[in-house]
Amino acid sequence: MPNHSYPYQLQSSKVRAEFVRLFPISLFVVAFGTAFGLAAVQSGLAPLEAILMSTTVFAGASQFAALELWGAEVPVLPLIAVVFAINSRHLLMGASLYPMLKDLPPGKRYGLLLLLTDANWAVSAQEYQNGRRNLEVILGGGLVLWLAWIFGTWLGVYFGGLLQNPKNLGLDMVLGCFLLSMALGGKKSPRVLVSWGVAAVASLAAWKWLPPNTHVVTGALAGGLIGYFWLEKKPTAQASQEADQS
Amino acid sequence: MTITTTEMGVVLLIAIMTVVTLVTRFGGVFAMSFVRISPRIESFINTMASSVLIAIIVPMAFSGDAGAIAALSVTAVTMLLLQKPLPAIAAGIASAALVRYLF
Repeated sequence: MPNHSYPYQLQSSKVRAEFVRLFPISLFVVAFGTAFGLAAVQSGLAPLEAILMSTTVFAGASQFAALELWGAEVPVLPLIAVVFAINSRHLLMGASLYPMLKDLPPGKRYGLLLLLTDANWAVSAQEYQNGRRNLEVILGGGLVLWLAWIFGTWLGVYFGGLLQNPKNLGLDMVLGCFLLSMALGGKKSPRVLVSWGVAAVASLAAWKWLPPNTHVVTGALAGGLIGYFWLEKKPTAQASQEADQS
Repeated sequence: MTITTTEMGVVLLIAIMTVVTLVTRFGGVFAMSFVRISPRIESFINTMASSVLIAIIVPMAFSGDAGAIAALSVTAVTMLLLQKPLPAIAAGIASAALVRYLF
């Protein structure tokens, strides 16, 4: 990289604002964390081990999946495969933020990615679609989500019995509803709607016929291909020139 | 290959999970640093980003119970009407709880 200027300046006031902004959703993350903590001790993890896992892994769906493999002995390759498959969406999420992240020095860039998770990414990606650059939400929002996840796990391992059945309250749907509202709050051009259709069909097909946990990446790449071949006509000469060539 | 879940074993397993997850968090960005961002790549990235959300949600709806479907459809309708995430999410969760209470 010949270019060593990094124009993106993280604003600490905005980081704090994003921490507060994602606080409501992080309350639900506490509930998920509680469910995880409870499931973890029921699967034979010691309380501190469950809390350590939430602190360093910080990826709920893959942690639940790991519990399915837990026993007196844990098979290593299946564990790696399932954790990688479920978390492989991070690869695409990170890549989608690259146009902003490249403007941060590498230390901060990879530091922010430690806190990358679905909810804060969804906010940042949606704002980017609408023309705003917001990496502060990855840091501030990620921090509140991370703390909530650890706190929830702590609650779950010690007081998990308090939350008998989170499904009855609809709490298992919080993340789904949140991600859906982020998707619908973004730009909806014909191109985007076609890519959603393709992503929906591809993810369902992958969910039905491909190995487990590959549907998110399959659907996302299929939707991305629409964008690759169908360029939005932009006022910039370069973009319209490329669109004309296709 | 298996690891016995002694105290050291568990710490090792958690370390493995942590590294694998870090690879996924860092990998996409690292790979992108070798790619020139042309308008075509930018367009790929942008449609891919919202497609990630769709690819998470649609199979969730298809594999979910009536409560899950209610939650997602009510969220969608409320969001399209109001364009405000928090009321949409709250309405979605409430309808999941309601549907599961009733049926």
